[in-house]
Amino acid sequence: MSAILEVDALVAGYEPDMPIVNGARLTVGHGEITVILGPNGAGKSTLIKAIAGLVPVFSGTVRFEGRDITSTPAHQLVREGLAFVPQTDNVFVAMSIDDNLRLAAGILPKRERARRIAEMYEFFPDLAGRRGLAAGRLSGGQRQMVAIARALVVSPRLIILDEPSAGLSPKMVEHVFERLTDVRASGVTVVLVEQNAKAALSVADRALVLVEGRNRHEGPAATLAADAEIAELYLGGLAAHAPETRPARRLAEVGR
Amino acid sequence: MTADLAGILTYGSFFLVTALSYAILCLGLNLQWGHTGLFNVGIAGFVAIGGYTSAILTTPASDQHLGGFGLPIAVGWIAAMVTAGLASALVGALTLRLRSDYLAITTFGVAVVIHLVALNAQRLTGGPFGIGFIPRPFGDLADKPLLFTGLNLALVAAILLVLALGLERLLHGPWGRVLRAIREDEKAAEALGKSPVRLRLEAFTLGGAIMGLAGAVHGHFIGFIAPDNYQSGLTFQVWAMLIVGGAGNSRGAVIGAVIVWGLWSVSGLAIGGLFPPADQARASSLQLVAIGSMLVAMLLFRPGGILGERTIVSRWVKQR
Amino acid sequence: MMTAQVLADGVLDGAMIGLGAAGVTLTYSILRFSNFAHGEMLTAGAYAALTVSGALGSLLAGSAEPIGDTSIGWGLIAATCLAMGFTALLAIVLDWLVFARLGRKATSITVVMASFGASMALRALVEFAFTSSPAYFNRDMQIAVPIGLGMRVTPDQVALTVFSLFLIILTHLVLTRTQVGRSMRAVSENPALARLAGVDVAKVVRITWALGGALATGAGVMLGLLVQIRPGMGFDLLLPMFAAAIVGGIGSVPGAFCGAMIVGLGEALTVAIVGPEWRAALAFCALIAVLLIKPSGLFGARA
Repeated sequence: MSAILEVDALVAGYEPDMPIVNGARLTVGHGEITVILGPNGAGKSTLIKAIAGLVPVFSGTVRFEGRDITSTPAHQLVREGLAFVPQTDNVFVAMSIDDNLRLAAGILPKRERARRIAEMYEFFPDLAGRRGLAAGRLSGGQRQMVAIARALVVSPRLIILDEPSAGLSPKMVEHVFERLTDVRASGVTVVLVEQNAKAALSVADRALVLVEGRNRHEGPAATLAADAEIAELYLGGLAAHAPETRPARRLAEVGR
Repeated sequence: MTADLAGILTYGSFFLVTALSYAILCLGLNLQWGHTGLFNVGIAGFVAIGGYTSAILTTPASDQHLGGFGLPIAVGWIAAMVTAGLASALVGALTLRLRSDYLAITTFGVAVVIHLVALNAQRLTGGPFGIGFIPRPFGDLADKPLLFTGLNLALVAAILLVLALGLERLLHGPWGRVLRAIREDEKAAEALGKSPVRLRLEAFTLGGAIMGLAGAVHGHFIGFIAPDNYQSGLTFQVWAMLIVGGAGNSRGAVIGAVIVWGLWSVSGLAIGGLFPPADQARASSLQLVAIGSMLVAMLLFRPGGILGERTIVSRWVKQR
Repeated sequence: MMTAQVLADGVLDGAMIGLGAAGVTLTYSILRFSNFAHGEMLTAGAYAALTVSGALGSLLAGSAEPIGDTSIGWGLIAATCLAMGFTALLAIVLDWLVFARLGRKATSITVVMASFGASMALRALVEFAFTSSPAYFNRDMQIAVPIGLGMRVTPDQVALTVFSLFLIILTHLVLTRTQVGRSMRAVSENPALARLAGVDVAKVVRITWALGGALATGAGVMLGLLVQIRPGMGFDLLLPMFAAAIVGGIGSVPGAFCGAMIVGLGEALTVAIVGPEWRAALAFCALIAVLLIKPSGLFGARA
C-alpha cells in the first residue's frame, strides 16, 4: 500500500522566528483515516493548514500522490484533488446549500457538476430537502455536513478536516464520524485533527500524537487507544493536564 | 537693492505664514490620523467652519452676511476652535463606532455640505463672494509690508510652537499613554476600562478644533475668505503634507507642510512663466495630478514619510 | 401635479445614481474598501464614450443618426460598449498599479487614502486633457412628452432609465445565477473559504473591477446625455453613490438600486421644495439618517 500524502520535517507557522510546527512528519496511506491528536497548542491545526497551503511553510516538504505540493496555494490544491474543511466559518452562510455546492463544483467539467451535486444530496439526505435554504440558518451539525459535502463534491482523493466534531452534540459527533467511515468506504483518504480523541480513534486506522509541533507517538489507532500513557496524557479529556506548551523554547531544549 | 531685499523677505515671510498655517492644519490631522488612525477626508470642511466662524464674529457689522459682531480676533479664534471641534465631535459620535470607512465617507460629506452652505446660505456666509474686511493681526502696520508680514509670521510661528509643545505634552501624558495603549492592543485597553471609542472621539474632536483654528488664522492673515478656498484640493494638499513629512510626529508635519507648499508655490510660478495665460488654468491641473500621484507614490514606496521614520499608526492600521 | 413630475425626475436621477452605486457596493464588499476613485471611473467612461462616438461620427456617416425619437445614434451605443471595456481595463490597471500593491489584507484605510489620491490625480488629468469646459454628446434639444398624471419626460430619459434598469437586472442575474457571480459572493463573504473552494480570488478581483468600471461607464454616459460631461462629474456624484450604497446595505446590488431611488427621489424633492442649489445636501442627509437609524442599511447584514 503506497502513501498518498507524505509530510517530511515540516517547519511552519505565522512568524519565521517562532514556528508552531517544528519538524513534524506524517505518512498517510491510500484509503485510510488518519487522526492527528495532541494537547492544545501542539500545532495540529497549523500542521494541516500548512499542508493545505493556508499557513506559510518555512522548510520541509509535503508530497501528495508523489508530487511536491509544498506551499501550493489552496485554490490550486483543490484542483489537484486535496480538499480541506476548516473548523469554523466553513460554509458560506449567506448562500444557499445549493449555491455552496455549485460554487465548489465549479472546478469540475460542466457535465459532471449536476451529477456530483446529486450524489452529495444522496450521501447527505438531510441536506436534500433544504437545498434552497441559506447555510447560515442551519444547525451546527447540518452546517458541518454542508462543509464536508462542499469539500467532497469535487471528488477529491484526500480530504482533510479540522476538528469536525467541535461544538456538536454527542449524537451529532457520532453521525459525523459515521459519515467519515462512509467517505473512506467510497475510496477517499481522510486526515482529521481532533480533540475528541476517543471518538476519533474508534473510527481511525492510524493516529499521530503531536506535541510541541513534533511527532510524539504514532501508529495504528487501536494500539494508541490501548496505550495507557497516551490515554493518561492526551486522551479522555485530560488534555488540560498536558505540559504547558511554549513551542519555540521547549524545542530548543529538546533539540533534534 | 534694499528694496529688492525687502521684497524678497516680505515674499518669504508671506510664503512662510501660509506654510505654517498649513503646518497647524497638519498638526490637527496628525492627531487624528498619525496618533489615532482616523481617516478624515473632509479637512476642508472643518477649516471652513473655523474660518467662517471667526470671520463672522470679528468683522465689522455688515449686511452681506451674518454679523459681523466686531469682536476681538482672539475671541474669533477661540470660537473657531469651539465650532470646528463641535462639528468634529458630532461626526465622530455618529461614525466612530462603525467601520472605519464610514468615518471617511461621512467627513467627505461634511466637506461637501459645508461648501454648499458657504456657497448658498448667503445670509449666513455672504454666498459665493465670501466675507471680506476680516481684521488682520497687526493690521495698523499694513502699510509697512515687511514689518507686517514679519510680525504675522512670528505670531503664526508662536501659535504653531505652542500647539506642537502642548500636543507633545498631552501625548506623553496619561491621555497619550491610553491612546497609545488602545493603538497597541484595543482589547487589552478595553479590559482596563478605557473606552477606545471615547478616546478616539476626544482625539478627533481636538484635531478638528485645531483645523478650525488654522482656518481662522489663515483667514485673518489674508483678510478675506470665500467658498472656493475650501474645496477638496485643500484636503488633498494637507494629506500630501502629512504623508510626505511622515505621520506620527509634529516635526514631520511641519516639514511636510513647508516642502509641499514650497513645491506647490514653485510649480505655480513655473506654470505662470511657462504657459501663455490662456493655458494656465489648464496647466495648473497638472499640479493636482502631481500632488495626487505624489500622495499615492508616498503611500506605496515611503509610507513613513521622506524622513523615513516609522509611522506610529501603521501597526494599528494593519491589525484592523 | 408637481409631485408626479418630482417622481419622474427622481426615478431618472435614481436610475443614474444606481448604476454608480452598484459598482461602489460591489467593490466595497469584494475588495473591502470604499473606493474614492469610483467617481473618476464614471468620468473616464463618459469621456471615453465621447471620444469614441466622435471618432465614429467622423469615420462613419450616419452613426450619429438618432434611433427612434431619442437623440441617441447607434454610434453612441457602440461607443458606450467600447468605453465600458476601456474603463474596465483602466480599473484593473489602477488596481494592479496601486491597490493590489498596498495589499488588501483586512480593511486597510491606507488603500482608501490611496484611492483618494488616485481620484485627484485622475480628475486633474482628465481636466488637463479635455479642459474644464463642459462637453456634450449632442446638442439636440429634446421635447418632453406628457406620459400621464402631468408628468413630462423626454424619449432619451425613458430610454436611459430602461438602460439603467437593464444593466442592474443583468448584474443581479450574473451575481445570483452564474458561477462568476457565486464566486464573487463567496469572496465577498469569506475569501479564505472561497480559496479552499477553488475560487481564484485574484481573478474575481479583476472581474469585480471590470464590472464596477463598466457600470460606472453606464452612469457616466447617462449623466453626459442628461446633463453634460465635465471633469468633475463623477466626483460630484460620489457622495450620492456612497449614500445610496450604504442606505441599500453594502454588498447588495438591488439594495444599492433601491438606495439610489431613495436618494434620487429625495434629490428631486429637494430641488422642488428647497431649491436646486441644495440638491447635493440630500445625499448627506440620507447618509446621516441611515447611520443614525440602521447603519447596516435596508438590505445589508454587516455594518
